[in-house]
Amino acid sequence: MIRHTLYMTLRHLRELWRQPWFVAVTLVQPVIWLLLFGALFKKVVEIPGFPGGSYIAFLAPGVVVMTALFNSAWSGMALIEDLNRGVTARFLVSPVRREALIAGRLLKEMVVVVIQSLIIIGLAAIVGASFQSVGGVIALLVISALLGATFGALSNGFGLIMRQEDALIGAVQFVVLPLTFLSATFLQANLMPHWIRHVADFNPVNWAVVAGRSAVAADPDWGVVASRAGFLAALLVVGLVFATRAFRSYQTAV
Amino acid sequence: MATTIEAEGLVKTYPKGVAALDGLSFSVPAGTVFALLGPNGAGKSTAVKILTTLTLPDGGRASVAGIDVAVSPDRVRRQVGVVAQGSGVDVQATGRENLRLQGQLHGLRGRSLSQRVGDLLDRFGLTDAADRVARTYSGGMQRRLDIAMAMVHDPQVLFLDEPTTGLDPEARAEMWDGIAGLQKTVLLTTHYLEEADRLAGTVAIMDHGRIVASGSPDELKAQLRGDSIQVEVSGEVDGALEGLGLRDVMVEGGVLHARADDGGRAVPAVLQALEARGLAVASVRVARPSLDDVYLQHTGRTLTR
Repeated sequence: MIRHTLYMTLRHLRELWRQPWFVAVTLVQPVIWLLLFGALFKKVVEIPGFPGGSYIAFLAPGVVVMTALFNSAWSGMALIEDLNRGVTARFLVSPVRREALIAGRLLKEMVVVVIQSLIIIGLAAIVGASFQSVGGVIALLVISALLGATFGALSNGFGLIMRQEDALIGAVQFVVLPLTFLSATFLQANLMPHWIRHVADFNPVNWAVVAGRSAVAADPDWGVVASRAGFLAALLVVGLVFATRAFRSYQTAV
Repeated sequence: MATTIEAEGLVKTYPKGVAALDGLSFSVPAGTVFALLGPNGAGKSTAVKILTTLTLPDGGRASVAGIDVAVSPDRVRRQVGVVAQGSGVDVQATGRENLRLQGQLHGLRGRSLSQRVGDLLDRFGLTDAADRVARTYSGGMQRRLDIAMAMVHDPQVLFLDEPTTGLDPEARAEMWDGIAGLQKTVLLTTHYLEEADRLAGTVAIMDHGRIVASGSPDELKAQLRGDSIQVEVSGEVDGALEGLGLRDVMVEGGVLHARADDGGRAVPAVLQALEARGLAVASVRVARPSLDDVYLQHTGRTLTR
């Protein structure tokens, strides 16, 4: 299975290598968020309850997580394209492990997430955000990669069940923005309405934002980082099982 | 001869109650080419999907290379090569990469993999295009790559689901030559009569999810009432051809039409009889019945091309 996963990962990375501009295009949006929201909400940090520092520094880990979410959530689109082209059917009649067909895509998403995150972190550092330690940055990368893989798995699973691009687009849009706004991405948790704070406790995007922000802060709370990373890893396993099982749904329908 | 593909009473109903297979049974001896012939919607592709483990039947059983497809799908997958309807080529990858990946999934490595891939590229005329992404390939080239990918692990059985649909006549002829030279057990589905006639040792005509007639192309044609003979002749033919075993004798506009079990054999006797009457023969034509006639007889419809 590991070998098959490696083969499938290489296939997807090769695709990426042939169109590297793809990474650049998907970076336009987060860069705009970082710079635009960073400027727009500059004064937010003056609200009592904010710990101080610059808003860009507060926002940057959130944008890293958001980027991971927004890109990986579309992972299922490529799978649907493979379904339509008959590429997936061709793999399914070979002895390839079904887990590898999903895991290969997720590993590629994780590579993309890491590349994009590094670019955003670099850019944020230039415009004034500070990242306190290399260890913290690595933790942030791991957390956004975990979040990306989790949503990539869910996206692939739903892609296999829906098998229609329009349906998946609708589902992704329905999920992605609300999850972002029901998290501490833009605002300190203690300034959020009560009910949103409760919802956020169960929001994987919030887990990633809270853990990622803490990891790069001056005094990281490693307990929070580790526990949220653990939640994300557990959810990733669930997503992986779900997506692998979704092949059965596809196979009864063809 | 050993049987390589065996289907027994396969039933498959899709959601919304569409019956794709309705008790499909057939068997394919090792080393032969078997064609499922029928129009779109007859259930040919569904049969292939079941036999290649892509989907499960609702009823009946099937085995490939002696392995039950429902019980040990993974073992079946090692024995079969599949060219699905449409294509299974990854158009973002090169021909070589497509082939290598298939080989790797089937456990080929290192030198033997490179060699096998090189051989197949050569054999299917893709060596020059091997390192171009498949998006740039013509339809015929993609189809040849498809077949090469299905062959990479030297499977016992090859499934070709409408391998020439959508190809231009030239590419189709090339493909036929390629298929004829495979020397494997092949299950072919097609809605081209000519294709079944030309490639298959046994043809099974499918209609509404079951087989309505099967046999060699010649056997199937022989089930019709013989060949048709047409003789262009001048003068009175009445009674000249009695006792020659002809049927449906009829003269129309200077052309004599008749049917015989074996047109080739009947013609000399016909000519002799006409000559004995002193009638001048301008031309003779013997037409073999086509699979189209057979199809028409069994289903009451012609295959629309």
